[in-house]
Amino acid sequence: MIEPLVELRDVHKAFDAKSVLRGVSFALRKGTTLAVMGGSGSGKTVLLRITDGLIRPDAGEVALFGTRIERMREEAMLAIRKRAGFVFQSAALFDSLSVFENVAYPLREHTGMSLGEISDRVHRFLSLVGMPDTDELMPAELSGGMRKRVGIARALVLEPEVVFFDEPTAGLDPTNARLVAELIVTLRAGVCDTAIVVTHDVEFAIMVADQMAILHQGRFADVGTPAEIRASSNPDVRRFLAGDLRED
Amino acid sequence: MSVLAYARQQGRESVAWYGGLGLLAVSVARNLRLPPSYLVIVAREIDIIGVRSLVVAVTAALFTGMVLALQTAVNMARFGAENYVGPVVALSILRELGPVLTAILVGGKVASGITAELGSMKVTEQIDALRAIGVNYVKKLIVPRLLAALIVFPLVTVVADAVGLVGGMLVAVFDRSLDMYLYWNTISYWVVMKDFLSGIGKSVVFGMLVTLIGCYNGLETSGGTEGLGRSTTDTVVQVAMAVIVSDFFLTKLFLLLFW
Repeated sequence: MIEPLVELRDVHKAFDAKSVLRGVSFALRKGTTLAVMGGSGSGKTVLLRITDGLIRPDAGEVALFGTRIERMREEAMLAIRKRAGFVFQSAALFDSLSVFENVAYPLREHTGMSLGEISDRVHRFLSLVGMPDTDELMPAELSGGMRKRVGIARALVLEPEVVFFDEPTAGLDPTNARLVAELIVTLRAGVCDTAIVVTHDVEFAIMVADQMAILHQGRFADVGTPAEIRASSNPDVRRFLAGDLRED
Repeated sequence: MSVLAYARQQGRESVAWYGGLGLLAVSVARNLRLPPSYLVIVAREIDIIGVRSLVVAVTAALFTGMVLALQTAVNMARFGAENYVGPVVALSILRELGPVLTAILVGGKVASGITAELGSMKVTEQIDALRAIGVNYVKKLIVPRLLAALIVFPLVTVVADAVGLVGGMLVAVFDRSLDMYLYWNTISYWVVMKDFLSGIGKSVVFGMLVTLIGCYNGLETSGGTEGLGRSTTDTVVQVAMAVIVSDFFLTKLFLLLFW
């Protein structure tokens, strides 16, 4: 059996007295896009950050590309993180660098590419996300949707094996949200076919994912295909789909 | 909150702060020998920390030397010892005032700038973005600043020492009508190399402390722009305190080792 690219076992995380994750487990295999859904404060972003090693869990096991990372030193984790892309909710672009330099940054840090090769690669990815001819713009000059797309281009430019998307449509108008959704679907067919998408947008999740998980009170209430989730009899899932699920 | 509970909370926060600072220092030491070297960033930081801080250091040193000479000359004249203004000014500046004032003024400016920059990167998730890309943020953001400070602080202190002595001479000669050659001759007779080197040794330690405090407070910033303002203010106060407190212990240590 093929080893999962990402695997979490019984992961717990608390901040002070507030327990956010209380035993989350899942495995993500190549070619799968998992949408992790849940209300505000359900721990979706924390789960995604633990998966990429940006936060350490209090207990449980986290494996990325078959390597346990939950207690790994930051310096040792860098080589593993290069194989994954992370798209932040706020895009987290480097505000003193232009669009071109933001996307070129991972290439300059991790490859020995020539200027010409970097330029070609950056322009290919900026075109892929629908941002051609924006090289010289600074992040402050971009709209929310444009920032998200530049953030996606930066996360993809090293051609990672898995991409983590944190609320990619949050704060976007319906048109931009749809553009981002279509972009993720396009990526699945080409650049990167394995992803975890954290979102609270049900329609968006159904559009981009082939597995969905509902996170409630620190655990997955249910996991399944979009059709299975829609047909789920789990009361928490029913309430989430009806927009009536609250975190304590 | 009761006084006891408040004191306990403050104590806990202090322990956490010192512990965090120590862990950062260990992490920086571990990263010093790791590739890449980021020499271009070190050079840029030398420009930011050193060259752009020179005016502040020089102005402070000039007027400190002048006021020191003025006070010393007026009061030593009461004992008929006005001729020894030079050594008193020189020893005060070389051993204490040069390194301490430079560290407080330049350090406050530099460290608060570092805190603001790193804190802003922290609250806008740019540091997490670096980590997610697979970049060693300690090596990229902190090590170059520390190396630059270790080079720049002693150099700026040397300049401040020289300007302070010249400031003292200006007052001694033009205000107190002392002989210029007497001023320099008494200095060269009474002041020895270890007086100068103890000040420079302190400036190296101050540079390290100032940079670590600036970086640590930046990396620990939370709470958006309000938190960023708080971190920056804390840095200015903590840098001044760190320099003043560590100065006593460094003085004691250097006297024990080299006197």
